[in-house]
Amino acid sequence: MRPTDVSDPHYYHRVVDCQWGCPAHTNVPEYIRLIALGKYTEAYMLNRYSNVFPGILGRTCDRPCEPACRRTRLDGEPVAICRLKRVAADLRDDVLELLPRIPEKKNGKRVLCIGAGPASLTVANDLMPLGYEVTIYEALERAGGLMWNNIPQFRLPPSVLDEEIDMILDMGVDLRCKHEVTSMAAVLEEGWDAVFIGTGAPKGKELDLPGRWEAAEQINIGIAWLQSIAFGHIDSVRERVLVIGAGNTAMDCCRSALRLGATDVKVMARKPRPLFKASPWELEDAEEEEVEILENHSPSRYVVEDGRLVGMEFEIVRWHEPEGGGRLKKEVLDTRIIPCDEVLLAIGQETAFPWIERSIGIEFNEWDMPLVDRTTFETTRPGVFCGGDAAWGPENIIWAVEHGHQAAISIHNHCQKTPVEERPAYGQNLVSVKMGLHEWSYSNNYDEAQRAEMRYADLKERLGSMAVEAELGFDLERACQEAERCLNCDIQTHFTDQLCIECDACIDVCPLDCLTITWNGEEAELRARLTAPAFNLDQPLFASGPLPHTGRIMLKDEDLCIHCGLCAERCPTAAWDMRKSELLIPYAGLAAGSQHPDRRGVGVAG
Amino acid sequence: MTYIPKPRVRHPTLPTNALGLTRRDYEGSMSTLCAGCGHDSITAAIIEAAWELELEPHRVAKLSGIGCSSKTPTYFIGAAHGFNAVHGRMPAIATGAEAANPDLTYIGVSGDGDSLAIGLGQLCHAIRRNVDMLYVLENNGVYGLTKGQFSASADVGSRAKRGQVNRLEPIDPVLLALTLGGTFVARSFSGDKAQLVPILKAGIRHRGFALVDVISPCVAFNDHEGSTKSYRYTRDHLEAAVEADLVLPTAEITASYDPGAARAVTLPDGSVIRFRKVPDDFDPSDRDRTYAYVRGRQEAGEIPTGLLHLAPDAPDHHDFLEMVETPLVNLSFEELCPGADALEDVLAAFR
Repeated sequence: MRPTDVSDPHYYHRVVDCQWGCPAHTNVPEYIRLIALGKYTEAYMLNRYSNVFPGILGRTCDRPCEPACRRTRLDGEPVAICRLKRVAADLRDDVLELLPRIPEKKNGKRVLCIGAGPASLTVANDLMPLGYEVTIYEALERAGGLMWNNIPQFRLPPSVLDEEIDMILDMGVDLRCKHEVTSMAAVLEEGWDAVFIGTGAPKGKELDLPGRWEAAEQINIGIAWLQSIAFGHIDSVRERVLVIGAGNTAMDCCRSALRLGATDVKVMARKPRPLFKASPWELEDAEEEEVEILENHSPSRYVVEDGRLVGMEFEIVRWHEPEGGGRLKKEVLDTRIIPCDEVLLAIGQETAFPWIERSIGIEFNEWDMPLVDRTTFETTRPGVFCGGDAAWGPENIIWAVEHGHQAAISIHNHCQKTPVEERPAYGQNLVSVKMGLHEWSYSNNYDEAQRAEMRYADLKERLGSMAVEAELGFDLERACQEAERCLNCDIQTHFTDQLCIECDACIDVCPLDCLTITWNGEEAELRARLTAPAFNLDQPLFASGPLPHTGRIMLKDEDLCIHCGLCAERCPTAAWDMRKSELLIPYAGLAAGSQHPDRRGVGVAG
Repeated sequence: MTYIPKPRVRHPTLPTNALGLTRRDYEGSMSTLCAGCGHDSITAAIIEAAWELELEPHRVAKLSGIGCSSKTPTYFIGAAHGFNAVHGRMPAIATGAEAANPDLTYIGVSGDGDSLAIGLGQLCHAIRRNVDMLYVLENNGVYGLTKGQFSASADVGSRAKRGQVNRLEPIDPVLLALTLGGTFVARSFSGDKAQLVPILKAGIRHRGFALVDVISPCVAFNDHEGSTKSYRYTRDHLEAAVEADLVLPTAEITASYDPGAARAVTLPDGSVIRFRKVPDDFDPSDRDRTYAYVRGRQEAGEIPTGLLHLAPDAPDHHDFLEMVETPLVNLSFEELCPGADALEDVLAAFR
């Protein structure tokens, strides 16, 4: 193996599983340390720097960081990263003074975003401080996109939503609500320097089975129904409700139905539970509220009597994996009618571009989706960019944010006459955290605490109103306990091969057997010689150069390292040192490592 | 010194032995020795050997005297019995304990000061009596605990950290043991666990006194240029002359060895020591030839290591004393102390 180049920012970045898993590369361990220090404002601003909406995401994020969290591989439960993010948002001080300053003198470039969801808002957030004039066209009556019209209030209070959206709009964004775009050609005529399409995936999928149109007022598309609640157009529901689908929209529908007065709510899923699209914690929250979730029920018809929907017929099915893979095959075991008064369809959503003419240079693929470059977010028409759910279909907010950041870089390049393919490089800060002989500036001991439990509002109170937030957030005690579970994966074990005397002290002391000193060889064969087997073959091995005494090499499997620092403590020559790696992320107009406006005056921890 | 104990969290696939214990279960408390001390590596090797041999922790007795080395029993097999003796007096305590209860596994850990200076007489007699124990001599050639004076094992010409040169002849524990009729004499290096662990295992299984002299560099006071017990010097001059493995009776089926190259010695308990490599014209069972061989290699500037001498069937402590089969510890008070009448009978036999 060739010696690992740890000066490549992505080597150590990859060790920080949560940050690597986060589409926006939020610096999770750093903000968790800031929370542990009581620096909530700093933790909030560090979040905002990458993910723009910490208060919103602290309640609604799909949390790709948590399945990635190393802690899961040690005690089965990830650090409650998302809920800690909410702690920072809940306990922070006023941050208005810390937000980026917006230049009064504009740079003369006018950018249009279509749709005021998280992707467009991120584009505005990144471009406004650079002097761009950003306009947003929004079809509905207010900004936020799915964050306000699809996510019910009991999961995301309007005050939290408004405050974070206003932080961006108050930069001077020209928001034009109830401005529905019906012709892209006409928009392009308006002479924008760049256009960003962030219109999301607003069209709920239809389930056109027999009986669908005979009692149409009792059958609703879930996201349209949620939107009507957000608008205040709907404030009640019939008694017995069936929700079709098992994604997160289905969970929002069933829990909203309970709050609007339904007494019997069932979620009907075609597939078995392990294949549900909904996040496990959302399923748990729904069940806690006594929603019944039925699996392997495939809808076959709406049962309508005398023009009234009285039930729905389902096939009871079993799924078989065909030999050689491919889609699951359905076997029908029985049929069953479940009585109901209302059906909510939550079986997916799609993008819809009837308003983009097919003759203006924006090409579409066979599924009627615009062709969008995965790196630059540019469509096939130069100067027109696309991100969020509009680009490749439904994802979640954190992906839309990252799309917005990347699109902003492209828009900046485009407006500054730099090729959009020229992406700014990532950087890395690497600083020793040694404070004394055996003392580090982070909490290096492994805390055996189990994951802290969330606190919820009383069930009766919760179900009484759409406006009562279900989750109460961590109190300080839980937050501190949970913060200690973080393994500080960004405090790297940094090795200097020329200092090593091969005394084996690090090998002997490592609690997880991560280290091996052995003769060099091919990687596959070296993996077989590790002190303990490596499970995660995607995680690169660290390999040193030849050691001075024998010419053997030091190998480290990063996968299970708990960053306790004992290798460095037991190292007599400081060949091992604990160094904090900070991934320096470039943003539009801000090279990696340049002082980001969000970080003015923000102290760092650890 | 390390402020945190070693976290108990462990690798999820850490293997267990027949007792259901992992290697981690054979650890003791966190070492308070200097970072990088060779003794800590030896501790890790003892842990590995005890785990591989499936020793029941509560059937092990750890003994030591005074010195850095003698602190180390605290750092392995926390559930074992332990005795920290007066300086240099560990062999006497071990002899007594082993006389009373030969069913335990005895692991003595000592250093070059404890064994070759203040306790030299004790060591000699334990070798002569062939007390059934593993005796690990952690040899760094220096008095680390008192800040770096030459010990009795410092080589002629070796330079101390502050520049003095040693002119006194060293006491070589391997040559000493050969002189005194030691039945298991080995030398190894703390930085070579591949060699050390099998030697420790064989030493534990050996019936009799197993002396393992382990060169164990002192990072604080004897790891500099001019030292003959530094990591660098030891690596440059070490010669793995004899390589041997212990094969337990249960493991024999799976172990693959080249029968042509191997020479095997069966121990009384049925396990086998396989010599993988021995120098030409060398016989580990021939004490005089071993002595000459070791001297010859030393004259050539090498440090020969490995299981250098083995006499597996020699009489041990209990044979010499013609002890009863049942361990004394298991005899009743009446059997141990049969009373005045019995004493009278014994005395009468001498009249």
